Amino acid sequence: MKKFIISGLFILFSVTCVWAADKTPTVLSNKEAIDLVQTHADYVWTLVAAALVFFMQAGFAMVETGFTRAKNAINIMMKNMMDFAMGSLAFWAVGFGLMFGVSKTGWFGTTGFFLSDFSPGGDPWVLAFWMFQVVFAATAATIVSGAMAERTKFIGYLIYSVVISLVIYPVFGSWAWGGLYKGGGWLEHLGFIDFAGSTVVHSVGGWASLAGTIILGPRLGKYMKDGTVKPILGHNIPLAALGVFILWLGWFGFNPGSTTAANKDIAIIFVNTNLAAAAGATLAMITAWVKFGKPDAGMTLNGALAGLVAITSPCATVTPLSAIIIGAIAGVIVVVAVLFFDRIRIDDPVGAISVHGVCGAWGTLSAGIFNIGGTSLKIIGVQLLGIAACFLWVFPTAFLLFKLIDVTIGLRVSPEEELEGLDFVEHGGTAYPDFEISHAGGMGTSGGYGSLMGETASNKMLRKPVGQT
Amino acid sequence: MKKIEAIIKPFKLDDVKDALNKIGVNGMTINEVKGFGRQRGHKEIYRGAEYQVDFVPKIKIDVVVDSSLVNQVVEAIAKSANTGKIGDGKIFVLTVDEAVRIRTGETGEGAI
Repeated sequence: MKKFIISGLFILFSVTCVWAADKTPTVLSNKEAIDLVQTHADYVWTLVAAALVFFMQAGFAMVETGFTRAKNAINIMMKNMMDFAMGSLAFWAVGFGLMFGVSKTGWFGTTGFFLSDFSPGGDPWVLAFWMFQVVFAATAATIVSGAMAERTKFIGYLIYSVVISLVIYPVFGSWAWGGLYKGGGWLEHLGFIDFAGSTVVHSVGGWASLAGTIILGPRLGKYMKDGTVKPILGHNIPLAALGVFILWLGWFGFNPGSTTAANKDIAIIFVNTNLAAAAGATLAMITAWVKFGKPDAGMTLNGALAGLVAITSPCATVTPLSAIIIGAIAGVIVVVAVLFFDRIRIDDPVGAISVHGVCGAWGTLSAGIFNIGGTSLKIIGVQLLGIAACFLWVFPTAFLLFKLIDVTIGLRVSPEEELEGLDFVEHGGTAYPDFEISHAGGMGTSGGYGSLMGETASNKMLRKPVGQT
Repeated sequence: MKKIEAIIKPFKLDDVKDALNKIGVNGMTINEVKGFGRQRGHKEIYRGAEYQVDFVPKIKIDVVVDSSLVNQVVEAIAKSANTGKIGDGKIFVLTVDEAVRIRTGETGEGAI
């Protein structure tokens, strides 16, 4: 006991000595240290958010495969894997420089290609910032794979995914976001509000999807000659739902992370993001229930995503109540839009054009209408200009790109290959070799009964020719 | 020997199995099948588009028994699979020419 008291006194004494020796620290005297902590926190938050946004790739992969048939599941996985992998390389080489390099004209950047802004020993902020931006570029690219699912030639898709990350996405991005780094675009100079990318990311992906699906045409068997629409059922709604949950989670990096700074703003952005998704899912469910008599799962899942896409632009500049209204309207819009595109025979298996294109445009407009600092015709006009500029840049360039691919190497597989399924034709396998998958109407492929994979060792032994041991 | 093929509602499988066990039938084969009869199919909805499902999921039970047991087996299945609603299924009785127990090579009624 005595020992404890002595050592306690000793500690107290020495601490008091240190205090007495130093001047009382103030916020000013410690400014350097405090700033360093803030800088470190900014790095950590930006990179944690980047990791969350990266995980959205998994969400897209699950949503898209859930809403499509089992015979194309490998193809969807490969498209989602490769648009991130190849898109990362394209964005490193060219995209980042076009989007965030020094821009004399306001139309595109001209420096910073191949991450040349980073030199060993120099300021590593460009690396953190690049990492956060590359996952955004990949998000825009991967939106398209769902809309063009089940009928696109794999090599054609790969070419598209490089070009969107190389040019299409970065050029529009530089107009609205270039000033976040070294650039500066004409749209942001006008005061265009797109905090986390309803237009910059989602509408870009949505309008590219629209161009792709128009050139591709619908899947075989979707639209009948007599005018009826024959739904092609997704093979796994639980996977699609898991994908939506993953995307919802990823959006907590997508929107709050777009501060690229660890500050108190992220709280309202988190709340707005969540409330808009909640309102989107709820209203989409109610709309489907009223219209079809059942709370349709596919529409409800799309509704959550519609709310998330819509709030992406205004998430930092509206009140939570506005966020609910914005998400709710998106939930209604998405159901109407899905039905509309079906009516004009644009076959989008996962609803990507409705969710990302249409609700991206709505979200961008809503950022002007519900602006927390007040709104005016000028603000709304600039928002409309940005929405139109996005469409007028992305739709024609993507249309031209897909057309070029179509007339050179071909964009669509043959009807035989489409019926057989892309997994077997393009990738030489089946996603679920141990399951027998059959469809009424013979649209499915059967499981891998032709291989020895999955058999027990004793069965393999039995198959050995007589005379061998 | 007779084979009784019964097509029943999937959720009735356990009841039918128990009823057959009770009268001494201790072997059977089942299949998950799809089909329709008077019940026809039903309408489902996917992303806002309605579609007709003609083939409704059912379970098919195959039982091979001594001819003298046929009436008892048919009665047991008919009673245990009955809900009184449309779609309860059907029972077919077929004559079986031969049976072989693969392990021992026994044939005829000894094999079932």
